[in-house]
Amino acid sequence: MSTLSLTGVSRWYGNVVAVNDISMALGPGVTGLLGPNGAGKTTLLHMMAGFLAPSRGTVTLDDEPTWRNPDVYRRLGLVSEREAVQSFLTAYEFVLASAKLHRLADPAAAARRAIDLVELESAQDRRIGTYSKGMRQRARVAAAMVHDPQVLLLDEPFNGMDPRQRLHMMDLLHTLGDAGRTILFSSHILEEVEQISGTVQVMVAGRLAASGDFRTIRRLMTNRPHVFAVRSTDDRALAVALIAEPSVSGVELDRTGLTVRAGDYGAFTRALPRIALNRGIRVRQLVPSDESLESVFSYLVEA
Amino acid sequence: MSTITWITARGLFGRRRFLLLLPLPLVLLGLAVLCRSLDVDPGEWGPPVLVGLGLAVVLPVVALIIGTGVLGAEIDDGTVVHILTKPLPRWQIVLPKLAVAAGVSAATVAVPIYVAGVLADSVRLGLALAVASALGALAYSALFLALSLVTRRPVLLGLVYVLIWEGLLGNFVSGTKVLSIQQYVIALADRLAPTGLLETSVSVPVAAVMTALVSVGFTVLAVDRLRSFSVAGETS
Repeated sequence: MSTLSLTGVSRWYGNVVAVNDISMALGPGVTGLLGPNGAGKTTLLHMMAGFLAPSRGTVTLDDEPTWRNPDVYRRLGLVSEREAVQSFLTAYEFVLASAKLHRLADPAAAARRAIDLVELESAQDRRIGTYSKGMRQRARVAAAMVHDPQVLLLDEPFNGMDPRQRLHMMDLLHTLGDAGRTILFSSHILEEVEQISGTVQVMVAGRLAASGDFRTIRRLMTNRPHVFAVRSTDDRALAVALIAEPSVSGVELDRTGLTVRAGDYGAFTRALPRIALNRGIRVRQLVPSDESLESVFSYLVEA
Repeated sequence: MSTITWITARGLFGRRRFLLLLPLPLVLLGLAVLCRSLDVDPGEWGPPVLVGLGLAVVLPVVALIIGTGVLGAEIDDGTVVHILTKPLPRWQIVLPKLAVAAGVSAATVAVPIYVAGVLADSVRLGLALAVASALGALAYSALFLALSLVTRRPVLLGLVYVLIWEGLLGNFVSGTKVLSIQQYVIALADRLAPTGLLETSVSVPVAAVMTALVSVGFTVLAVDRLRSFSVAGETS
């Protein structure tokens, strides 16, 4: 059992603050690091993995710093986002080289076990250059955990995977997490992490916006106020009717139509057709206007 | 140790840029054979071919291509992360890579320059040139390997050093020759086989000490830089 601790970690590049005063402790189990692109997830992961010095604060694995300390790699594995592999090697050679560099007692057995774990045996003697994206990702995961590390960090492991591969990878991560390993993966796509059972850390604009149980945070995200753009045959009459609805928290009228703020997504979308029908108003357009991930995440910052 | 050597060698020979190495030694060899077969006086073709082409161009350029490739190519494409996430002291990564770079450079240059030296004068000159270029290959490789960790444009900076500093400034400002690997190689070769063909400008002890200093110094620098190797994030 290993704990990865971050205390007041910040990282800046010149004037740009990429990671802003983050503290967290990661224990056994699966943790998701979520956030929109550019939130600083990769920077944070690189600092955890000892590939970047924090500008301020400390990153430690069982009280040892990860920066300038190659010994931490005995207990830590990293799958980076760039899917660079020596494509002239076969998966078996690639994983075996990793095992040898770790000075494992029986590198061949370790390599076979790791390849077995990611279910790549059938393709292990083909050059990695001929692999699909998902297979390449699995080969890299096998290489990163050939020494059975206590901590495994994965940067955007689901990128470019199809749903089936994603499910398989998620199962693998959960198997490892249930076995007492500390697993952290990052993702910028909420839908990717639907099946995760563990905790999540949400990062927005370099800060830790939320952390805790995934289901709680997920509910927070879906229960946020939603904004819709509505156009109809009689905007003003519709506005009058909508503001009487308990699910509507605000209506704005301008030349382009109505902007409606709804507190409850489900109640509003059920109420609108009923109101329109009763008043004889025809709705021409209904567009949710803040469904982008950025707005979902930034809502969490304000919440 | 052997695994890093193996991956480095496979990476080096597996890339197309390796083919860039072939023309230069072949030109050197071809010119020497041509001059010899046409019975040109060695005093006339020796200095321009052996020094002007062999030691001033072929040796540094070959060492540049290989030296910046053994680690630089892996940094460029990101595969270096696979090697760095291992609990290895960083010198165990730098030294095998340096050995591959110096070894391959030395072999690529020593063979044609040995033949050219034999054709120009004697087996002794050929051997002297081969040994001196091998030492030069080590110094150049250490320099260029360190460069690939210090800057993102190691090839460009290396070319500036070879062409501007060693090639151009050396002709005008004689003081710069004290800091020129090319001059050390010439001095060492001339000491091993004194002929009228090589014109030296630094003393042999200076050349020997400086070659050792450059090799060791830049290797130490490379190990230290690799220890604090940062992977640039998406924000930088």
